[in-house]
Formats: sequence, C-alpha cells, structure tokens
Amino acid sequence: MTPIEIITQVLEVLAALAAAPLFLGWVNQCRAWLQNRRAPSLWLPYRGIRKLFHKDAVIAESASPLFRIAPYIVFGTMVVAAAVIPSMGTRLPLTMAADAIALVGLLATARVFMSLAAMDVGTAFGTLGARREMMVGFLAEPALLMIIFVASLISATTALPAITEHLTTQAPALYPSLAFTAIAFTMVLLAENARIPIDNPATHLELTMIHEAMLLEYSARHLALMEWAAALKLFNYACIGFALFIPWGVSTGADSPAALLASIPLLAVKLGVAGAGLALIETVSAKLRVFRAPEFLTAAFLLAVLGLLVHLLLRA
Amino acid sequence: MAGIPFDLQLLNLCAALLLLLSFAMLAQRRIVTLVNLLALQGALLFVATLLLAWRTGQHHLYFSAALTLALKVIFLPWLLHRLIRRLQVYWDTEPLLNISGTMLAGIVVVVFAFGLAEPISALASTATRNSIGIAVAVVLLSFITMITRRKAMSQVVGFLSMENGLFFGAMSATYGMPMIVEFGVALDVLVAVLVLGIFFFQIREQFDSLDLHHLESLKEDQ
Repeated sequence: MTPIEIITQVLEVLAALAAAPLFLGWVNQCRAWLQNRRAPSLWLPYRGIRKLFHKDAVIAESASPLFRIAPYIVFGTMVVAAAVIPSMGTRLPLTMAADAIALVGLLATARVFMSLAAMDVGTAFGTLGARREMMVGFLAEPALLMIIFVASLISATTALPAITEHLTTQAPALYPSLAFTAIAFTMVLLAENARIPIDNPATHLELTMIHEAMLLEYSARHLALMEWAAALKLFNYACIGFALFIPWGVSTGADSPAALLASIPLLAVKLGVAGAGLALIETVSAKLRVFRAPEFLTAAFLLAVLGLLVHLLLRA
Repeated sequence: MAGIPFDLQLLNLCAALLLLLSFAMLAQRRIVTLVNLLALQGALLFVATLLLAWRTGQHHLYFSAALTLALKVIFLPWLLHRLIRRLQVYWDTEPLLNISGTMLAGIVVVVFAFGLAEPISALASTATRNSIGIAVAVVLLSFITMITRRKAMSQVVGFLSMENGLFFGAMSATYGMPMIVEFGVALDVLVAVLVLGIFFFQIREQFDSLDLHHLESLKEDQ
C-alpha cells in the first residue's frame, strides 16, 4: 500500500461526498434549461442540506430506533460504495474488501433499510413507497448483476478496478455486448435513482411517487442525510457506468501523481456530459404508469442478457 | 476480440443488432412500427451483405444486396404500409402472452438456438460462422412473433422477418445461396405477400376483422 494509493482512496471518497450534491444540482439545472424554466442555482442542494442540518428533528411517536438509525446506515453504505468504485484511480486499498457483486449487495442493503424505515412509522404513504421501491429494486437488481457479469466475462474478473484496468489497456474494438449492456445500465440507473420514466424526482406529493414517499416522515438531519445519500447514489451509479463503459482517463499506474491529477478534470467532464444526457433523457420521456415499470425493467434485463449471450456467441 | 479485423467487428455488430431488432418486433404492439422495424431489419441485412461481399470479393453477393435493398427495404414495407392504410389496422390486439413473458420466452429460445447452431458453426469454415446462431435465433423469434399475434398483418410481418433470418443464416454459413435460389426465394416471398394482401381483404370482408381467431371456428353460428 503506497502513499499514492491511500491518497487516491481518500481523495475519491472526499470527491464523492463533495461533488454528489453538485452533480445533482447540475442535472436539475440542465433539466430546467431544457424545459425553458429559469434554472435553480447549482448550489441549491448544498443549501438544502445545510438548512436541514440546522433544524430540530421531529420524530413520530410510534417510531422505533430503526427509524433513527436508518439514515446513518443508508448514508454509510453509500460512502462505502463510493470508496470501492474506481472513479479516479484503480489502485484502491479498500477494493480488496468488496468486488462488483458485493457492491450490488451494498446498494441492496441501503434499499432494505430505507424501505424498513419507511414502513416503520406505519403511515400509508411510507408503506406504499416502500413496496414500490422493493418492486423496482427486485427487478433492477438482476439486471444490474447481468450487466456486471458481461463486463466480468470480458475481463475475467469481478473486481471493478480490475475490469476498468482491463478495458482501458485493451486495443479499442467494437463490443456489441457492451453496447447492449450500456443501454441496459442507463435504464437501471434511471429506475434505481427515481428518475423520470419510473419516478419523478421533482414531485413531492403525488400518488405515483416512490422515493419521496419513503422520506415523508423524515425531517432535519435525518432528511439531510437521506437526501445526501440519494445524491451520492446517483453519483455512484454514474461512476459505475464510467468504470464499465467509458473507463479511459482513470489513472491505472501504481505511482503516478500526474495521472491522478489528470483524472480529476476528466471525471468532471464525464460527469458534466452524463448529467446533461440524463437531463435530456428525462425531458424527452414521459413518466410510465407504475404498472408499466416491470416492463421497462424487463427490457433492461433482457438487453443485459442479450449482451451476455452475444458475448458468449461472438466472443465480442 | 481485439485480434478480429474491423470489418468483421462491424459484421458482428450487424448480427447483434439483428437479434435486438427481432426482440423489438416481439415487443411491439403497433403494426405500423412493426413494419418499420421490418424495413430496418432489411436495411441491416443489406449492410451486412454489402460488407460480406466487399470482404470476400464474391460478386453475386452484390446482386443479392441490391435485391435485398429493392425488395425488403423499399418495396415490401411500402406495400405493407399501403395495406395498413387501406385496411385501417394500426394496432394489434393484446398478444396472447404478456410482453414480459414473451420476452423471457424469447431469451430461452435464443439460448436454445445458440446451442443448436454450435455444431453447425463448428463445421462451417466461413469467417462469419459465429453468426449462424443469431440467424437461427432470429428465425425462431419470428416464429414466436407469429404464434403470439392474432392479427393477420403482424403474422405476415413475422413471416417476412423469418425469411430475413433464413437469408442471414445462408449468408453466414456459406456466403449466400446460389443466385438462382435467391431469386426464386425472393419471388416466392413477393408473391406470397401479394397473395396474402388479397387474403386480408377477403378475411375482412368475411369477418369484419383481421383477427385470425375467427378462422378457428368452422361455422358462423358457433
């Protein structure tokens, strides 16, 4: 474990923590521009989080300790997930602890605790949101695993940094399998992060909401942590996408401060483009009925499996 | 993968996209879009044939590419669009199986097709032998499209897509059939579609609908 590896690790986690709300703000700004609205400030998510940290928490009488612990667990899992995703460099000391499959498990842990906390208080909205979240989750998770399997088969490992390293060092080639899985991944990203075809992130009181329904009972610091965790989740998913599909520019050498420094602006550019793309997708598509969500996610699963089969058949 | 020349990579991409299009057809309920997807499939086939002709230097493949373009990309979709307008059938009724179920069945069929094609591709000596599995899968998926649809129109589209799959299979296994066979098949397909077009009008005249469900009962009063 060289100092540069430790620096990369610390830098990655700090960057994720700091940049996640900014990324969310950027997506919101792009969305507003595309919809001919006046854009909110880029720093609005930060201000929201700061404001919430200064308020007094109100907790329902019927809430159990689980309800209080859940925000910390959800936030913690997202931070750990950010630590094992190679967003800047691939030589990360912490990645020994978790490969890509464990990463999916981490995300699932966050989902389970969030749903449990939503059902804990016993309001109708919370239970409704938790159930829908679990429905989306149990369909999105196999699709995500399949996507990771395709990349794993190509590079013969399930460790995310090793996959990224393998894909960057290879001669550029057309991978139909990776193209299919990239589309599938985009669909999973939209579903998992409560984005428009599945859920509307801008809504706050609607019968169709999923993510917001689960957070209705939270206030102050708990809510701040939950919202920060949601921003981190979006950031993490974007970084998983970069690691699998556009890995170029990540520093792969063991001792190369220059490469690490160069990877930071590249990551920023990638995030900027991805955020604009996300906003574009959200603007041009309409929200699906809740009961059409399984069809959407089956299509994602299907694309991922097709990628897997095409890879096995064509070796491509 | 990195060792494969670029034109072969493009051919593989075409094959993969053909498979994807078959699934898109399986999921599609609007007949107009179904016909457009068929035209797109024909266009992909045209590109693949051109690439293969260029790669192998076989001149008769240029002719079959031209035939594909004229018949499958331009004429047949035009004819089908015209029929759709004249018959006013824009939507298929709800398919026999729901979409998600059909898709999952489709995946099983693809796995089966890939297994089926493996010994054949082991015997073939062409550069594109890996795509034989995809061709078989496209044929079987078109079968499912035909089986799960009720309207005569979507069944005909399934039939044409099956022919595309067969053509692609012949291309990847042996660099295309002899010219005379190809002409024969093209003519057969053309005539079949024309005759089926007349059938459509007769079926509608008789039952006021293009739903083939009505053909299952022998008498009208049952």
